[in-house]
Amino acid sequence: MNPRGERIFNHALLAVFAVIAVFPMIGVVTQALKLPDDVDFSSFGTAWREGHFATYLRNSLIVTACTVVIAAILSIMAGYALGAMRFRGASALFLVFLAGLTIPTEAVVVPLYFDLRSMGLDNTYAGLILPQVAMSVAFGTFWMRAYFRSIPPSLLEAARIDGASSWTTLWRVLVPIGRPAILTMLLLTTMWTWNEFLLPLVIINSDEALRTAPLGLSFFQGTHKTDYSLLMAGALIIAAPIVIVYVFLQRQFIAGMLSGAIKE
Amino acid sequence: MTTVARHKTARKRSEPADTRAAGRPGGRYGGRPPGEPRAIGWLYVLPALLVYGGFLLWPLIRGAQFSLYDWDGLGTAEWAGLSNYTSTWTDPALRGAFGHLLVLIVFYSVFPCCIAFVLVGAMSRTKIRGLVFFRTVLFLPQVIAMVAVAVAWRWVYSEDGPINTVLGWLHSAGLPDWRHGWLGDFTFALPAVGLVGTWVGIGLALVLFLAGVQKIPRELYEAARIDGAGAVREFLTVTLPALRRELAVALTLTTIMAIRNFDLIYMATEGGPGDATKVPAYEVYNRTFNTGEVGLGCAIGVTLAVLAFAVTAGIGRLVEGKDA
Repeated sequence: MNPRGERIFNHALLAVFAVIAVFPMIGVVTQALKLPDDVDFSSFGTAWREGHFATYLRNSLIVTACTVVIAAILSIMAGYALGAMRFRGASALFLVFLAGLTIPTEAVVVPLYFDLRSMGLDNTYAGLILPQVAMSVAFGTFWMRAYFRSIPPSLLEAARIDGASSWTTLWRVLVPIGRPAILTMLLLTTMWTWNEFLLPLVIINSDEALRTAPLGLSFFQGTHKTDYSLLMAGALIIAAPIVIVYVFLQRQFIAGMLSGAIKE
Repeated sequence: MTTVARHKTARKRSEPADTRAAGRPGGRYGGRPPGEPRAIGWLYVLPALLVYGGFLLWPLIRGAQFSLYDWDGLGTAEWAGLSNYTSTWTDPALRGAFGHLLVLIVFYSVFPCCIAFVLVGAMSRTKIRGLVFFRTVLFLPQVIAMVAVAVAWRWVYSEDGPINTVLGWLHSAGLPDWRHGWLGDFTFALPAVGLVGTWVGIGLALVLFLAGVQKIPRELYEAARIDGAGAVREFLTVTLPALRRELAVALTLTTIMAIRNFDLIYMATEGGPGDATKVPAYEVYNRTFNTGEVGLGCAIGVTLAVLAFAVTAGIGRLVEGKDA
């Protein structure tokens, strides 16, 4: 093949798989809008009302925001200590956090259910936030440690000579220049927390008003088994926030998820 | 009072050393040259460690403990030893579930990696225009909540969905009627679920391999061509070895996805029809909350954690082992 033919072949191949990748999504949109017969947004209105998605999106927003912010602060601190300080037990501690990267929700959800219930934390925001902070912190510490290790020691020394304490160095010097790494971490933990389904399913087992968006969709499916235009509208509503962020910041998403970070 | 006094003397004693070390006023960390171990590191790690230990490690330990008992979640638990673990292969439904997991790993991991490899191999190393666009689209299935993906695919597979519509056209064109209720069919439900995983995984593998290929120096290909290597030879001697790291990452991520396959099964099939799509991740939930076998549910959960750990540690070593 000549170079021009090769290039066309490459792009055609990629285009085919791009279409395959979005095909079900196109279906979602056409079904939700009842295309091609007419453009009808009523499914969204009906789904929004009957599925109580306003409440569920708010819950997801609260849980995700709290989880991500708390996990970020804890991860930055722990990553700083493990990446930029030397202290006894540091490498053992790092291995402990590293082990957490591979722990699937399935392995902890049952004991979490019984223990959180006996602490009165089932059907609460805290019962959703604390375990997800723990999962995010395993990744976050791993991620932030890698960033802090990449910082030239001369920078730390300069800050110390200027009289900055380790605390000031962290928040005034290292965090501002580490914004790209921190942004990636925030995006990934946001996505994982927003999309988490098993934990809310088990922890929010009786209080309907606390359901998160994915959990809401599963109950919505339970009541509208084959009304696909309604279901698709619901699916779009709960997926949209993450997809919109992804479209704008895809580079950070992809780099983070492919960095070898072994977490779904 | 005594502590305060002791603290003061300690501080006074440390001051000269501290000014010598870093010129830092206050001397909070005692006399210590720069780079010396500092216990303050523990203070920074402590908050993360507490939450992580309390809400991830501790539940894992508790899960391992639960797994040694027969317990229905309400009454008293009875010591069961390792019998819950032996059940994972003596109980036919559970053995089936682990068998399904193996099938799904092929669909979730082996298929996407093979397909992506063939595609990347088939594409020559010309510059790809719009790479960012293709990358964004191909990777999209990775960021959508699995529950939403499940809803979309339930429609794709439904009686009046696009697959059956196309098969209906083929039927009216004279071919046999291949239409099915795919997710409700004992033969087709598992492969149907598997194909969803293939769909999710292909983009990830393609994006990884495309990025890897761009990093291979062109001279390697030129050298291979001069040596008279054909396209297949070139792929085997240049592309494949250069993409080992990407392959390891892709295999690991997609296999973990197959192991943690709760959302899709719960939303699309609930393990049915019959036991046809039961997988271990679903059985953790099912055994605990539907059939009241908490110990067994925990044993499956612990087994999955061990599997996930082994896969993560193992695949990297397997693929990269010779160099590392």
